[in-house]
Amino acid sequence: MDAMPKWADVVLIPLISLILAAILSALVILAIGESPVEALNLMIEGALGSTYGWGYTLYYATNFIFTGLAVSVAFHARMFNIGGEGQAMLGGLGVALICLYIPWPHWSLALFGAAIAAALFGAAWAAIPAFLQAKRGSHIVITTIMFNFIAAALLNYLLIGALKPTGSMEPATGKFPEATHLPSFQDMFSFGETALFRGAPANVSFFVAIIACFAVWALIWKTKLGYEIRSFGHSETAAKYAGISPTKIIMVSMLISGGLAGMMAINNVQGEAERLVLNAVEGAGFIGIAVALMGRSHPFGVFLAAILFGFLYQGGAELALWTKIPREMIVVIQALVILFTGALDDMVRAPLERMFLAMRRKGDA
Amino acid sequence: MDLLTILQVLDSTMRLAVPLLLACLAGLYSERAGIFDIGLEGKMLAAAFLSAAVAYTSGSAWVGLGAGIVASLALSAVHGLASITFRGNQLISGVAINFLAAGLTVVVAQSWFGQGGRTPQLAGAARFEPITLPFAEAIRDVAFIGPVYYELISGHTALVYIALLFVPLTWWVMYRTRFGLRLRAVGENPAAVDTAGISVVGLRYVAVLICGVLCGIAGAYLATALQASFVKDMSAGRGFIALAALIFAKWRPWYVLYACLLFGFLQAMALRPDVIESVLSFKVNAQLLDVLPYILTVIILAGFVGKAIPPRAGGEPYVKER
Amino acid sequence: MTTAPAIELKGISKSFGPVQANKDISICVMPGTIHGIIGENGAGKSTLMSILYGFYKADAGEIFIAGQKTTIPDSQAAIAAGIGMVFQHFKLVENFTVLENIVLGAEDSGLLRPSLARARRELKALADEYELNVDPDAVVQDIGVGMQQRVEILKALYRRADILILDEPTGVLTPAEADHLFRILENLKREGKTIILITHKLREIMDATDTVSVMRRGEMTATVKTADTSPAELAELMVGRKVLLQVEKAPAQVGATILDVQNLNVTDNKGVHRVKDVSFNVKAGEILGIAGVSGNGQSELLEVLGGYEKATGQILMNGTPIDLTGAKSDGRSRRARGIAHVPEDRQREGLIMDYQAWENVAFGYHHDPAFQSGMFMNHAAIKADTVEKMARFDVRPPDPRLAAKSFSGGNQQKIVLAREIERNPDLLLIGQPTRGVDIGAIEFIHQQIVALRDQGKAILLVSVELEEILALSDRIAVMFDGRMMGERMPQDTDEKELGMMMAGMTKEDAA
Repeated sequence: MDAMPKWADVVLIPLISLILAAILSALVILAIGESPVEALNLMIEGALGSTYGWGYTLYYATNFIFTGLAVSVAFHARMFNIGGEGQAMLGGLGVALICLYIPWPHWSLALFGAAIAAALFGAAWAAIPAFLQAKRGSHIVITTIMFNFIAAALLNYLLIGALKPTGSMEPATGKFPEATHLPSFQDMFSFGETALFRGAPANVSFFVAIIACFAVWALIWKTKLGYEIRSFGHSETAAKYAGISPTKIIMVSMLISGGLAGMMAINNVQGEAERLVLNAVEGAGFIGIAVALMGRSHPFGVFLAAILFGFLYQGGAELALWTKIPREMIVVIQALVILFTGALDDMVRAPLERMFLAMRRKGDA
Repeated sequence: MDLLTILQVLDSTMRLAVPLLLACLAGLYSERAGIFDIGLEGKMLAAAFLSAAVAYTSGSAWVGLGAGIVASLALSAVHGLASITFRGNQLISGVAINFLAAGLTVVVAQSWFGQGGRTPQLAGAARFEPITLPFAEAIRDVAFIGPVYYELISGHTALVYIALLFVPLTWWVMYRTRFGLRLRAVGENPAAVDTAGISVVGLRYVAVLICGVLCGIAGAYLATALQASFVKDMSAGRGFIALAALIFAKWRPWYVLYACLLFGFLQAMALRPDVIESVLSFKVNAQLLDVLPYILTVIILAGFVGKAIPPRAGGEPYVKER
Repeated sequence: MTTAPAIELKGISKSFGPVQANKDISICVMPGTIHGIIGENGAGKSTLMSILYGFYKADAGEIFIAGQKTTIPDSQAAIAAGIGMVFQHFKLVENFTVLENIVLGAEDSGLLRPSLARARRELKALADEYELNVDPDAVVQDIGVGMQQRVEILKALYRRADILILDEPTGVLTPAEADHLFRILENLKREGKTIILITHKLREIMDATDTVSVMRRGEMTATVKTADTSPAELAELMVGRKVLLQVEKAPAQVGATILDVQNLNVTDNKGVHRVKDVSFNVKAGEILGIAGVSGNGQSELLEVLGGYEKATGQILMNGTPIDLTGAKSDGRSRRARGIAHVPEDRQREGLIMDYQAWENVAFGYHHDPAFQSGMFMNHAAIKADTVEKMARFDVRPPDPRLAAKSFSGGNQQKIVLAREIERNPDLLLIGQPTRGVDIGAIEFIHQQIVALRDQGKAILLVSVELEEILALSDRIAVMFDGRMMGERMPQDTDEKELGMMMAGMTKEDAA
C-alpha cells in the first residue's frame, strides 16, 4: 500500500518544496541587504497588480508552458531533455523563415504555419541527440547541453550574416510583415474606451499553449502512444518484453518534446518581438525544467507552475527596476525549485511518509 | 609557420587545458565513486567568483584560492546531500547547482561590487603571476630547447604546475592506495563495499568533496590566473567539456590529461584564426571554431572513437538490498 | 562445563513499514555444526540473517556470540565478531581481480601492495587447507559462478570468520558443484567453524545439516535435529498444512508440432555467443521442460521466442517461419502469431510495478481493438476485463486499481498468468513460473499450466528448479553453455542424470 494519500503526493510535496525554496530565496534577499517582504510586495504589485502586469506574467507563462510541457513529455519516457533552450532557439529560426519569406494573407494562417515550422525546427534539433541516445547510448543530458551551445553559435552566425537586413548594425532579422502580427491581449480584450493589457506582450499564443496542455494530457494518459511512453519510462526491460520499441519511444518522445519547446517561438518571436533577435529565448528552456518538476510532469501542474514562474519572472523584472536585486535572482529561485522538487524530493517526502504512516497506525489502533 | 608561433599556440593550449584538466580530474573522483556530476560547471563558476572577490578584497591570490575552494565545497556538499544522503536524482541535482551558481554569483557580485555582476580587475598579488623556472632566461637562446623551455614549460602560474602534478597523484591514489581501491569499488558495486564493512556514504562524500576541491582550484584559476576578474558565466561550458573529456579518457587519469590537452588545443586554435588560415590557406568561420569543442564532444559521446564503459554503479543511489 | 552456543538470538523482531518480517525469533546454534534454516520465500530467513550481519537493525531482541552479549550495528561489527556471510547475490566487484576483492575492506595499511602480497600468501594457505582453489589474478567477471562463490567464502575466511552464513548458496550451482560446496562446508565444520545454511530446498537440509530451524511468516515454528525429521514433516512445518509435493496430471495427448526451432544462434550485445546451434520442437498438448543452471542460454532463448532478442537460424510457428531480425521481430508480432509469454522476471519484465493491475492487464496487448475507442484507449473496457480475470485466477485482493507492487509475489504472478493464458495462445512460453511464489500459489499455478496443456496447447517451460521440471514436463531438454545437451522422457531419467547433463557431461563422460 502507498504510504501517503495521493493528494499529499501531488499537492503537499510540491507546496512544501516551494515554501523551502521561498524561504531560502528570502534569506538571499536579506543577505544582500534588501527586505524580502517589500520585495514580495513589489513583485505582486508589478506582476499581478494591473492588467499590464498580468499581460507580462501571462506572456512569460506562455513560454514556460511550452518548455515545461516539453520537459514533461521527455520525463515520461525517462529522458532528461536539457536542450529546450536550443530547441526553442531553432523554433525561433523556423518562425522567422516562415514569417519573412511566405506572404501570409492573415495572421491566423501565419500562426498556423509558424507553429508547424517552429515545432519542426525544434523537433529537428532534438532529433540528433535522440538518435544518438537510442542508437549509440550517448548520454542525452550532455548531448542536449552541447546542442544548446551549438544552436547559440548557429543563430549568432545567421543573425550577423545571412538573415541580417543589409545596412542594419543589429544582429537581428528585419521586422516581420504586418499580416503575421498576432493579436495581443490588448487587441482582444479592450472594449471601447477601456484598454486592458495596454502595451503588454501577452497574445493569442497563450491559448495555443492551453490547447497544447490538453493535447499533451490526452496524449500521455489516453492514447496507446502515451501508454507506451509511460511504460518505457517506468521500465525499459518490461517495455521491450511488451513489444515496445525503445528506439521508437526515445525518438518520438524527444521529437514531441523538441517540437513543444520549439513552439514557444510563436509567443516570443512572432507574438512579441515580431522579428528574431539574439538570445530571444532568455533561459525559458531551462525554466521548463523547474516548471516540469514542480508540475509533477502533469499538464495541469505545468500550467500552474508556469503561471507561478511567469509571476516570478515579471516580478523579478520589477525588482531589478526598483531595487538593487538583479534579474538573476530569478535564476536562483529557479535553481532552488529544481533542487527541492527534483533532487531533494526524498528530504521532503520521507518525513511526510513517516507522519502519514504514524497517523494511520493510530487510526488502526 | 615558425617555431615561435607553434610554441605560442601550444602555450595557450596548456593554459586553456588546465581548467579542463582540474575539472575533469574532479569529475573522475566523483564518477569513479558512482556519483555523476554535471555540476562541475556551476562549482567552477562559484569558485571563480568567490576567489576573484576575496582576492580583490584581501589582495592575495592564495587567499582567493582558498575562498574559491570553499565556495565549490559548499556546492559539493549540496550535491552530496541530494545524491548520497537523500538518494535524489544526480543529474537534476547537478542542473540545480549549475543554475544556483549562475544566479548567485551575479546577485552577490552585484550587491558586493555594484559593477553589473562582475568583480573589479585584479592586479599585483591578487592575481597568480607567471613563474619563471630556473635557468629559463639563461638558456633562452639555446637552439630549440631554449625557446621550448622558456616559452612552453616555464612561465606559467603556480596553478598550472599544481594541476599537472594532480595527474600522477590521482593515478597513484587510484591504483596504489587502499582509498583508491575502495573508491573504485564503490563506483562499481557499492554492495560489495558495504558488506565488507566500509561506509558507502562516507566514501562517496569524500569523493564528492575531493571533486569540490579540484573544481575550486579550476574556478580560481579561471578568475585569478587565466583572466584577471570574474565576469558573468565565465566558465563558458568548460564543466561540460570536462565531462566529455572524462568519457573520452574512459575515467583513467593519464588519458584525462591527453583528452584535456586536445580540447585545450581546440580552444587555443579558436583564438588564433590567423594561424588556421595560414595552415589551411582558407578562412574558417569564427563561430565554427568556437563550437568545435562542443561538436567534438557530441562525436565522442556518439562513441565513434571507442566505446566507453562508465563505472557500473554510476548515477544510481545506493539502497541496501537483501 | 558446557560450551556456549556459537550464536544465540533472543526475541528478535523487525518490521519494514507495515510488514513484520521477523516476530520474536529465538535460535541457538552450537559451534562446529551446520545449522539449516528453511522456509518459504518471504518467511523472513534473509531478514534474520541480515540482522545478524549488521545489515539491518533489529527493532527488539538480543544477540549473543560465543556466550557474549553483542550488538551488531553494522557489517564492520559483524566481521569483528567473527561472522562471515555469503549472499545469494554475490557482493563482488566484477572488474576487480580475485585478490583485490578479497583484500577490499580488510587491507593492512593505506598502501595497497603489501596488503595484496600478504593476501596472496594467505590465500594459498587457505586453498590448501579447504580445497578452495582459485586463481588470485583472475578478473571476477571472467570466472564462473561456482568460482565466484568460492571467492565469497574465501573473503569470509580471510577475515577470520568463525561463523559462516550462506544464503541460498546452491541456486546458481549445478548439482555437482553443489556437492563440492557441501564437501567444503564439511571441511570447515571439521576445523571447528559454525555454518548456517539458508535454503528453501528440503533435500539440501536433509543432506547437509545437523540441526534445522523452520520459519513461517516471520516466525520460528520449530527447531529439530535433522536426523529426527523427514522432508514431509519439514514441508508441513514450512507451510502450516499438508502439501502435495507431486503434481497430478493425466498422460499427455500429443498433437501436431506447434513450435519448431532449427539451428538457433544468439549473440548478445556484448558479443557473447549465448545460444549455440539449438534445435528442438514443442507439440500441441505437451509440456517441454528445459532444465539447466541459470545463465546457460535459457533466458536468451525465451527472449528470442518472445521477440526481444535477435537471432539467426529458423523458427517455425505452426509451420511458417517467424521473423528473427527484422521489423516483425518484436513482442507485438509474436503475440499476433499466438505466442504468449510469462517471463522469467515478472518484476523487471512481466509487470510495470508502479502501474495499477488493470494497466498491467493491457500490457503487451494494448493494441487489442477491444481495448480501444476511437483515438483513445478504452480504460473502462480494460478495467472490466481485469475484474473478470482477477476473479477467474483468484487474485487477492481483487482490486483492479491496486498497484502491481502492492500484490504478493504469488498474486503478481497470477496477474501475469491470467493476462497470458486468457489470450488462448497456441504456445505458452513460461520461465521460472514459481520463483518467489508461496506454496499455495505454486499449486494453483502448476494446475493452470497442466490445464492449458490438456486443452491441447503447446507449452515451453524453463526452470532452474529440477524438481519443478520433473514434476511438470512431458519431455525434458537440458541446456548447458548455450547448447542442448539432449532430451529425456521424465520416466526414463532421474535427477542424477539430468544433473550431470546440466554440468555439461553426457552419460559417456560419466562412464
